[in-house]
Amino acid sequence: MRTRKKIMRTALALTVGSFMITPITAWSMEASDAPETVTIDSMSKLYGPVEFDHSMHVGYASCQECHHHTTGEVVADPNCARCHNSADENDVVSCSECHEANRFNEKYLKTLEDPKLYHIDKPGLKGAYHLNCVGCHTITSGPTGCVDCHAMTEDGEKMFNTGAFAPAKGTSSSGQKH
Amino acid sequence: MKKLFSRRNFLKGGLATTAAAAVLKNKETKASGDFEGYPDGMGVLVDLTRCVGCRSCEAACNKEQELPEPAKPFNDFSIFDEIHHGQKRRTDETAYTVVNRYDVPELDHPLFRKFQCNHCQEPACLTSCFVNAYTKTPEGAVIYNSKVCVGCRTCMIACPFYVPTFKYSSAFSPKIMKCVFCYDTRLKEGKAPACVEACPQEALTFGKRVDCIDMGRQRIRETPGKYVDHIYGEHEVGGTAWMYLSSVPFDKVGFDTHVPKEPIINSVKDFLAMVPMVLTIWPGLFVGFHLLATRKEKMMEMEKEKELAKQKATDEKEEQV
Repeated sequence: MRTRKKIMRTALALTVGSFMITPITAWSMEASDAPETVTIDSMSKLYGPVEFDHSMHVGYASCQECHHHTTGEVVADPNCARCHNSADENDVVSCSECHEANRFNEKYLKTLEDPKLYHIDKPGLKGAYHLNCVGCHTITSGPTGCVDCHAMTEDGEKMFNTGAFAPAKGTSSSGQKH
Repeated sequence: MKKLFSRRNFLKGGLATTAAAAVLKNKETKASGDFEGYPDGMGVLVDLTRCVGCRSCEAACNKEQELPEPAKPFNDFSIFDEIHHGQKRRTDETAYTVVNRYDVPELDHPLFRKFQCNHCQEPACLTSCFVNAYTKTPEGAVIYNSKVCVGCRTCMIACPFYVPTFKYSSAFSPKIMKCVFCYDTRLKEGKAPACVEACPQEALTFGKRVDCIDMGRQRIRETPGKYVDHIYGEHEVGGTAWMYLSSVPFDKVGFDTHVPKEPIINSVKDFLAMVPMVLTIWPGLFVGFHLLATRKEKMMEMEKEKELAKQKATDEKEEQV
């Protein structure tokens, strides 16, 4: 029981962020080992954090549909299976472990110049979340609106000129005049 | 003694020189048209299959470039239905980038296309500008200097994508307004433009232009049937820094597929090379022709006058007598 709790706690820590990583090995990961909810808040600025109901999503998709080849399940995409053909699970399964939060910073872009690198087009963390979530939600008629998953913050309202920062009707000096 | 300089030799030599000059000139012309851009120039790959039309890029651009407040909030999607003068929204002095929606019959969902300056490898705006207000930076941006611009707006006509717009609203400091790849605030420091950073779907991927092409090729190759086998901007108008992937033929989502595959300057270069020659040689040449052609008449006129004068003189003499 204690070990189980430990795994749960570790998995939670790993999924939420990559800060407090204590690698675990030799445990077979099962859906029940996964955290119930994950708070995705690493990039919340214009939008608030996402309270991701992991346990609910376990019912909708198999592990590898989101976690690719990392959870010990055989990878679904035959293209990925060319290399990731063993079902070994990774020490870490959190998104941020592989998907770079600063996808376009100079240092990371430099690593893409390695001529032997296959993954030259791995989405950044924000891209990975949205492509995965919105992609599936579009097919399964899940929520796809921005504020369906995360509420807009004050910074967001400022950025989008909406809410309290909406342009006053008729007084705007600009606009599409063409 | 043998003649050193016969008429035949002279003609032969002249012919050879002319041919050599023609060949050399040709080579020179070709070299300037073959500029493939700076090797480390950055680019952006726009994937239309990923864009969901959230307009985050428009909002980010507006803030980054300190553009005026929009008429409608950036999360107001009714603007996709707006038609101005029979066409979809375009960039103007208040918006360096716009997203438009395209309803494609064969798809059950619309496609969205972001529009902004494509930052050509050999820009027509730059080559058409006679005061050199435009610069293609080694980082890949096509930037503009309002201090030297005289406001002739030739660039607006030269641009194959109709990108540069004019700040008509300002009577005292009118200038060209267009996307500058966030050069001053970001690109110069190696950072991605604001729109790219804001895109949640990573529909915009920033990287070295050559790497963007590799990425595009990989996406096309590894997801068969998802994309049309073409990266718009790889070769269009000699190549652009911003390139596009689409799931439907590009002309269905607002792209001009009839733009030439070579830089716009190539279409006018031969003519432009003639202009200085025409301006310097032709006046002298034709004035000479004119003088030669009218010389006879003048001489005849002078002779007539002389005769008339003579006649007058003799008439006067006769009268006196």
